Amino acid sequence: MVTARPDPTDNPTHDQGDPMSTTLRQPPIVEPPPQRAVTLDVTGRGPAGEPAPRSAESPEAAPGPIIELKDVSFYYGSFRAVKEISIDIATNRITALIGPSGCGKSTLLRAINRMNDLIPGTRLEGSVLYHDEDLYASYVDPVEVRRRIGMVFQKPNPFPKSIFDNVAFGPRITGFKGDLAGLVEDSLRRAAIWDEVKDKLQQSGLSLSGGQQQRLCIARAIATEPEIILMDEPCSALDPRATLQIEELMTELKQRYTIIIVTHNMQQAARTSDRTVFLNMAEDRAGYVVEQSDTIQIFTNPKNQLTEDYVSGRFG
Amino acid sequence: MTAASVAAGTVRGTLRATRRDYAGLVFAGLLLLSLLFTLAVLGILISDQLARGLPVFAERGTDVLTSSLSSRPSQAGLAQGIIGTALLAVMVSLLAFPLGILTAIYLEEYAPANRFTRFFDINIRNLAGVPSVVYGLLGLAVFVGFFRGLDVGNGRNVLTGGLTLAVLILPLVIITAAEAIRAVPNAIREAGFGLGASRWQVVRKLIIPAAAPGILTGTVLALSRALGETAPIILVGGILGSFSGSGSFVDLTTGPYTVLPLITFDWARKPQEEFRALTSAAIIVLLAVTLLANTFAIYLRNRYDRKW
Repeated sequence: MVTARPDPTDNPTHDQGDPMSTTLRQPPIVEPPPQRAVTLDVTGRGPAGEPAPRSAESPEAAPGPIIELKDVSFYYGSFRAVKEISIDIATNRITALIGPSGCGKSTLLRAINRMNDLIPGTRLEGSVLYHDEDLYASYVDPVEVRRRIGMVFQKPNPFPKSIFDNVAFGPRITGFKGDLAGLVEDSLRRAAIWDEVKDKLQQSGLSLSGGQQQRLCIARAIATEPEIILMDEPCSALDPRATLQIEELMTELKQRYTIIIVTHNMQQAARTSDRTVFLNMAEDRAGYVVEQSDTIQIFTNPKNQLTEDYVSGRFG
Repeated sequence: MTAASVAAGTVRGTLRATRRDYAGLVFAGLLLLSLLFTLAVLGILISDQLARGLPVFAERGTDVLTSSLSSRPSQAGLAQGIIGTALLAVMVSLLAFPLGILTAIYLEEYAPANRFTRFFDINIRNLAGVPSVVYGLLGLAVFVGFFRGLDVGNGRNVLTGGLTLAVLILPLVIITAAEAIRAVPNAIREAGFGLGASRWQVVRKLIIPAAAPGILTGTVLALSRALGETAPIILVGGILGSFSGSGSFVDLTTGPYTVLPLITFDWARKPQEEFRALTSAAIIVLLAVTLLANTFAIYLRNRYDRKW
């Protein structure tokens, strides 16, 4: 098997730098929950729905970590699914989580926006920092976390509502007061599906094809203006053409959003991501990080033999 | 290619059926017979009742529906039973539907998955299987006593009847509503939570609209079951025999009352031969009411049914 090589031009070399100094250059986005009205307007979206630039910096300029996982272990009851995971997620970058089935990629992804809270009997050790704030601190409302860290699921899951209502769902529940139609259009445009649905916004979201449904779900996720989008194998239910569209879309989206994607598709990780984290399952079935680095490094010059075996298709 | 080397007709020979699947044929026949048996029983019952009861309508017209009870067959009518059944339907809807649906939402969406919840769940299922006459005794002990304590007549009024029937179908409403809620795909919940919706928002904006057709169907069917109940209503004081009421609202709710199944039961055991036909007429009206409710339930299901 020939490993697909990531386009080097798509992969600017950037030093990680000191996390502290880089986070200081970020706009002050995180505030404690009481100031929620302020934080909801972090994008500075004007009434016309025209988004303001997220950051004055160009995305090429060595963004710092927006998410830091520190010694994260996650338990389903007494079973430890992942252990002692430490990962930095760079701002406005696409980070891919790869690894064999059952190594805890999805668990880890869902720990970042506290989706796992919905499963009874789960528990997280360590800390998940978002702009240096611990998302698992006792005062943190998981609902607020999920408004900032959106999610796209493996199987497209539009609501049984109209296309418009699907996208408008998030803004409506957060009490968006403004040009809802403009926001919906803007979100659909950014998800590269506007031209296909602009004449049938009142039709059911379920009437679309699988690839369109998934882009609708992406539009729905970005309509709430998250900073981070988690994607849990977003293309596994799609055909190659739809997959390519989603991948192109991801590259577009990273100008504005930080994307973390779980994928089983090695080429996809190589094509789209800037950083890659390779996880493996230990003897006790708990997932751990084997290697994390720039994607080009992981796929062309991995430091660990396991990584090399995995990316070259020798196991997994 | 093997096809070229095989002589013409040889393949056809191997494709031809060599044995009959007798067991399969017998089974399919059995299935069809069961269906036909059920249909035949139902058909005979209905056609028999129609044959006996329709002449009454032909002779007296809507007079049967608008007359009060009477010991004289030529004057006896179903009006009081229709009013009683309608009042009970309203009461049961107002009491059992909200209570049952809210309980189901709690059990499915809010209750922690622990032993306590399981205990409740199992008990609700058991309650649905308790004979209705037991609920009649419960109504007699609790509701009749309660209204008597309030000095509302003798406590045997349409309110106690409604309360009793509401309690009777409550488990059924809870179970069917819970099943409708459980049928909403988990992906919908996840999508909602993933967008930063609170539990209340997910339930209110996603789960309830998606489950509504199933909930409505189940509750309407439960209602039609309640309206056909006889035993509990006899126990909590529905009148067997004739009575006169002024027809005022106070009289309707605190005075004597009866319902269609009770009239049917009463007329069926009357000695006069003329009441045989009247019994069939009452059955036809009762069936019509029940069928109407079921048709409404089916209409709701088809109207709002969603595909996932």
